[in-house]
Amino acid sequence: MEKFNLHEGIVLPLDRANVDTDAIIPKQFLKSIKRTGFGPNLFDEWRYLDQGEPDRDNSSRPLNPDFVLNQSRYEDASILLARDNFGCGSSREHAPWALLDYGFRCIIAPSFADIFFNNCFKNGILPIVLDAEAVDSLFAGVDRTPGFSLRVDLPKQMITVLENMSVIAFDIDGFQKDALIQGLDDIGMTLAKADLIRNYEEARRKETPWLFS
Amino acid sequence: MSGKTLYDKLWDQHLVHDDPNGTSLIYIDRHLVHEVTSPQAFEGLHLAGRQFWRTESTVAVPDHNVPTTVDSATVDDPVSRLQIQTLDQNCNHFGVTQFGMSDPRQGIVHVIGPEQGITLPGMTIVCGDSHTSTHGAFGALAFGIGTSEVEHVMATQCLISRKSRNMRIRIEGELSQGVTAKDVVLVIIGKIGTAGGTGYAIEFAGSVIESLSMEGRMTVCNMTIEAGARAGMIRPDQKTIGYIEGRPYAPKGEMWERAVAGWAELVSDDDAAFDEEIVINGAEIRPQITWGTSPEMVVDLDEAVPDPSQETDPIKQEGMQRALEYMGLEPGTPMTSVPLDLVFIGSCTNSRIEDLREAALVAKGRKVSPDIKQALVVPGSGLVKRQAEEEGLHRVFIDAGFEWRNPGCSMCLAMNADRLKPKERCASTSNRNFEGRQGQGGRTHLVSPAMAAAAAIAGHFTDPAGL
Ligand code: SF4
Repeated sequence: MEKFNLHEGIVLPLDRANVDTDAIIPKQFLKSIKRTGFGPNLFDEWRYLDQGEPDRDNSSRPLNPDFVLNQSRYEDASILLARDNFGCGSSREHAPWALLDYGFRCIIAPSFADIFFNNCFKNGILPIVLDAEAVDSLFAGVDRTPGFSLRVDLPKQMITVLENMSVIAFDIDGFQKDALIQGLDDIGMTLAKADLIRNYEEARRKETPWLFS
Repeated sequence: MSGKTLYDKLWDQHLVHDDPNGTSLIYIDRHLVHEVTSPQAFEGLHLAGRQFWRTESTVAVPDHNVPTTVDSATVDDPVSRLQIQTLDQNCNHFGVTQFGMSDPRQGIVHVIGPEQGITLPGMTIVCGDSHTSTHGAFGALAFGIGTSEVEHVMATQCLISRKSRNMRIRIEGELSQGVTAKDVVLVIIGKIGTAGGTGYAIEFAGSVIESLSMEGRMTVCNMTIEAGARAGMIRPDQKTIGYIEGRPYAPKGEMWERAVAGWAELVSDDDAAFDEEIVINGAEIRPQITWGTSPEMVVDLDEAVPDPSQETDPIKQEGMQRALEYMGLEPGTPMTSVPLDLVFIGSCTNSRIEDLREAALVAKGRKVSPDIKQALVVPGSGLVKRQAEEEGLHRVFIDAGFEWRNPGCSMCLAMNADRLKPKERCASTSNRNFEGRQGQGGRTHLVSPAMAAAAAIAGHFTDPAGL
C-alpha cells in the first residue's frame, strides 16, 4: 500500500451531499478484474456527455464542461473537498481505486459512509472529517482563489491553507494513522497473531461446532 | 452494570483479541463471495503466496453479471464472462465451494445464504457487498466489506475492526392492511436519513418486526445500509428456527438441538443500554414511494412530490432540486399521477418467494398496462424460481404480461443486459435509486412488490388495494 505522510495539492470542490459509489465509479467498470485503470472513468456519468463502456477509449469522448473535474483550474487537483455522507452506497473498493488512479490522495468532508471510509485507508487515501463550518470555509476559499491548495500533514494531524498559512487541526484514529504513515500490511499483522486465532477457533469448535461445518 | 445488547453479545462471542492500539480482531464464521468484488482479492492472495485460512467457511456464487433471459445459457458480454470465469478458476484453484451458473441453487448471494441454511443465528457473516446486512435478520452479525478486507478474511478468517455504537429501532403496534416490510424500512430511512445509522449497529425490534415473516425481516435488514449502518439485526425466535430447520447446510440431529438452545441467548438483555433508541408507530405507516435520487427521499403513496422551496437547509434544498431535475418531476405532482415506463420486481431486497406471492396476488387475472414497455420479474434464486413455478406464480405473471426471468441481480444495478435507457422511469423493488443505478439517465422509484405490480397494471402508481 502507498504510504501517506505529507501531501500538498490543489483542491477540487464537489459541492453535493450523499455522493454515492455508483456515481464515483459506475457499475459497468466493475467488470474489470484489476485494481488499476479506473481513473479515466471516475465520476463517469457526470464527467462525460455520452455513455461510458469498459473497453472504450475515453480520450475521444465528449466532456461535460459544467462538471468540476473538467474545469482547467482543477486540472492537477489531488485533494477532493466534499459534503456530507461521501461514499455512501455499495461497498465497491473500485471507488477508492478510481479516486487514487485519477490522482486523489486526500478527501475532506463533514462525514463519510463507513465502508468507503474504511476502504480509503486500505488504499493509501486519507479521508479527513472536518466540521461543517471548516468545510464551508474551504469551499469559500476554493471559490475565491484559483489554484487553492492545502498541505496535509498526517503525522502532525494538521492542514495548512497555503494562501494564508492558516491551519486546521484534524482528528484521526491512531491505528489508521500509523497504518497509512507506515504503509502497513494488515494481513501480515493479523497473521502475526495466528496463534491467538487458532486458540479462539479451538475453543469455539468445542462450544459451537455447528459453525464449523 | 447494565446488560448487553444483541450486538454486544455477538461482538463478544467473536472477539479474538483486543489490541492495545484500540482495534479488535474479530473472527468471521461465514464468508460469502461473488464475482465482482473478489477477483482482486484472490489475485492479492495469489501474489503474496498466501493460502485460505479456512475454505469451508466460504461459499461463492456469480450473481451480479449473470444474464437473466431464460434462453441464454452463456454470457454474451466478454467482459462479464471473463469475470464469471475468473471466479470459477479462483474457486477451483483454492478449493472454494461455488454454486456456478448452471447450478440450480445459483442466485443472488443474499438470497441463497439463508435459503441453504448457510446463514445461521449467532454467526459473523461478511461479503464484499454492502447488502450483507440482510443476514442480520437471523440474529447474525452480518456486514459488507471492501475487497481488501475480503482478502484479509480469506487469509486470516478475521477482520481488524472497531466496535460500533448500539441503536435500537422499535416498530410498535400493528401495520395497516397492505403495508409491507418494504414500506417499514423506507419509513425508517426517511426518518433517520441515509447517514442516520452511520457508526451504529442497528437492532430492529418491536411487535411489527416480530410479526414479520423471515422474508419480511430480511427486507428490513437488507436496507439497513441505506440508513447508513453496516449491520442491522433482529433477535432470532421460533420463526427463525422454523425457517432454518431442515435446510441443507443447517445443523442436524443432536447438533441442531444444541444450536437451537444456544440461539435462545441471542437477545438484548432487558437492562441493555442503547446509545440511541427510536420508536415508530406501525399503525401510521402508509405504502411508500421514493421520489428522488436517494432512498431517504421518500413519501407516502397519497402524497405529492415535495417542494424544495419549503426546505430551509440550503444544501438539502440544492440536493432536492438536483434530484427533481434528474427525475423529471415537478413539485406538487401527486405521486399517483406519475406515469411509468418499466417495472422491475427482483433484487436481494424483494425477490424471495413471499415477495413474488405478494406481487402475483395483485397481478392475478389482470393485464400489464399497454403504457408499460417492460415488466420484469426476476426471482432471487434458482430455487425460488422453481418454487414459484410449482405454485403457478409464473403463469400469473406471464398471463398478465410480465417477463419471467432467470435469477440474478439484473436491473437492480444493470450490470447485465437488463437496464434502463436515459429518462426511462421504473417502479423497482430494489434498494437504490441513485442516479444511473439502473442504467445511465434512468429514473428509479423504490416500492414494495405489491406496489410495483399495481403500478405495472395501472401504468402509474396506485394503491394495490384500490385496483
Ligand atoms: S440484488 Fe442489487 S443490491 Fe442486491 S446484491 Fe445484487 S446488485 Fe447488490
